[in-house]
Amino acid sequence: MQNPYLPREAEIVERVQEAPTIFTLKLRFTDPAAQGAYGYVPGQFNMIYLYGIGEVAISIVSDPDETETLDHTIRAVGRVTRALSRLQPGDRIGVRGPYGRGWPLLEAQGKDVALITGGLGCAPLVSVIRYIVARRERFRRLLIMQGVKRSDDLIWHEQYQRWRELPDTQVLLAAEVAEPGWTWHQGLVTALFDRTHIDPGQTIVFLCGPEPMMRASIYELGQRGVADGDIWLSMERNMHCGIGHCGHCMIGAPFVCRNGPVFPYPELKALLGKKGF
Amino acid sequence: MAERRNFLPRSEFPRLLSELISAGYRCIGPRVRDGAIVYEPITGVEDLPQGIHDLQAPGQYGLEQTAEPRFFAWANGPQALRPLTFAGRDKLWTAERKADGSVEFAGESPQAEPVAVIGARACDLAALYIYDRHFMQGEHPDPWYTARRQKLFLIAVHCTHPSLNCFCASTGDGPRASYGYDLALSELDEGFLIEARSEKGERILAGLPVKKASAEQIETADREIEDAGRRQVKGVPSRNLKDVLFARLDHPRWNEVAQRCLSCTNCTLVCPTCFCHSENDVPSLDGSRSEHYREWDSCFTQRHSYIHGITIRPDTRTRYRQWLTHKVGSWHDQFGRSGCVGCGRCITWCPVGIDITEELAAICR
Repeated sequence: MQNPYLPREAEIVERVQEAPTIFTLKLRFTDPAAQGAYGYVPGQFNMIYLYGIGEVAISIVSDPDETETLDHTIRAVGRVTRALSRLQPGDRIGVRGPYGRGWPLLEAQGKDVALITGGLGCAPLVSVIRYIVARRERFRRLLIMQGVKRSDDLIWHEQYQRWRELPDTQVLLAAEVAEPGWTWHQGLVTALFDRTHIDPGQTIVFLCGPEPMMRASIYELGQRGVADGDIWLSMERNMHCGIGHCGHCMIGAPFVCRNGPVFPYPELKALLGKKGF
Repeated sequence: MAERRNFLPRSEFPRLLSELISAGYRCIGPRVRDGAIVYEPITGVEDLPQGIHDLQAPGQYGLEQTAEPRFFAWANGPQALRPLTFAGRDKLWTAERKADGSVEFAGESPQAEPVAVIGARACDLAALYIYDRHFMQGEHPDPWYTARRQKLFLIAVHCTHPSLNCFCASTGDGPRASYGYDLALSELDEGFLIEARSEKGERILAGLPVKKASAEQIETADREIEDAGRRQVKGVPSRNLKDVLFARLDHPRWNEVAQRCLSCTNCTLVCPTCFCHSENDVPSLDGSRSEHYREWDSCFTQRHSYIHGITIRPDTRTRYRQWLTHKVGSWHDQFGRSGCVGCGRCITWCPVGIDITEELAAICR
């Protein structure tokens, strides 16, 4: 019987410092067959293992058709991620995955797609942006709204600039605390709703970020007539196994690792924002 | 039920063990250790807790010796089948760091020997059915659980001595074992009624010097099981409590029980359906190897819900509520039934005697 907990060795091909505490690791399995066989959909995650320390769940940010490397953008904030931040190209780690339900990209075809993110919540959706940009004709209007606490926290400036040049694409950024030179909105990401329009019924919305930000966005979307079923969110919980066995990530009945991390809002509506779930 | 008309005299009971041993099974059964009935290897019937009765109440457990002949005249101790299938600690794999910096992963191959468990109770067989679904029947079957589970030979004993904390009759899981066993025993003073429910059970039964059971023996055995159900004083509502529990997440009782609960995790460690576990890395002192273990965990710990600086359940109120709303609420969505099999262990082994049936009654009233 296959050991579902066993990682495979991967090499860090490149390390990019995105912000003082945020970095991207571009990985490649050391076994070429494993690299060739690996496939995923945007929104899924891997369990990343650091030798002698342990595993952590990290979403995949690369485009699934980009088969050279497998990219993970990580904030150095916990026991494993702080140690991961010290790794350099050539270092070896363990990877197992991909796990979970990704973003509903088939359902999004032919619709306006609104991506609303906060903080490093943009990472699980960058994979979606790259996916849509590479297949632009299959989707209608693309709206990207990203908010950060401090303007210095914003990563991927150049990408946002590039994406806003694309046809039928709107990029709106917000920072609660703006440093001099910040040309975007100062305030909460939810204030950006007044600077755009959303066609209810024509739009599918993907949310990722801190839960208060997602809840505030859901409220704004509801005010604009967007149906609950057109809203999807990516959740984050403590995970040890990644395959629905260990019990850490449950939000009521759903296991975030197995039934999510991407959920249609109606599946979480009853417990989202309930302290303790 | 013709298959239940087999009677094995008490004097021939050792033959059951010798048949199992000669069929290649290691026998595990109840025995007294450190003042409790535990399931451990036994080599003969002299290891069984003959004449032992248990005394259980909320937060209390004790044993007393009598001169009675029976081996199974007690209700469950702290554990039975759980550690035999979902072990407290399993090594999942080892990572080795080579001189060139590469990391080699070697998965463990779980090995299990054939094990016969004598004395599985109905509540524990119901719990095993849930574990089977969780660990064995999903998209990623657990190799350790599966290896042990597939080598188990289960000999049920229908319960005739419920404790004050037992409530399996109300959950519908006991006191009669009705599925999930190879052989089932009804204990009488003079011996055992024995029935087989699987082919391997039939094979063991065929080697035993059984006689035809008398009508009185069958009637006595049935009556004792029925009485065991009627004598239970505790109970939970048999309906799905999910909606009522989740509608009352702000009920004052959650605060009240949190004042008493020590968040010690005992209830989750004795529960035969709790499945939470953590994965932990244990590096060697010289740094050349790191072993990766899976160990029992509990939703009552701070670490269980920790994620980058946030603890989703920072206090006992939210942890106790998580446990109970999962166990008898959202469990229905996951497994199609409640996660409570009425064994009463969480009541007995709670150091402050918190009673799940009382908490449910207070919240769902």
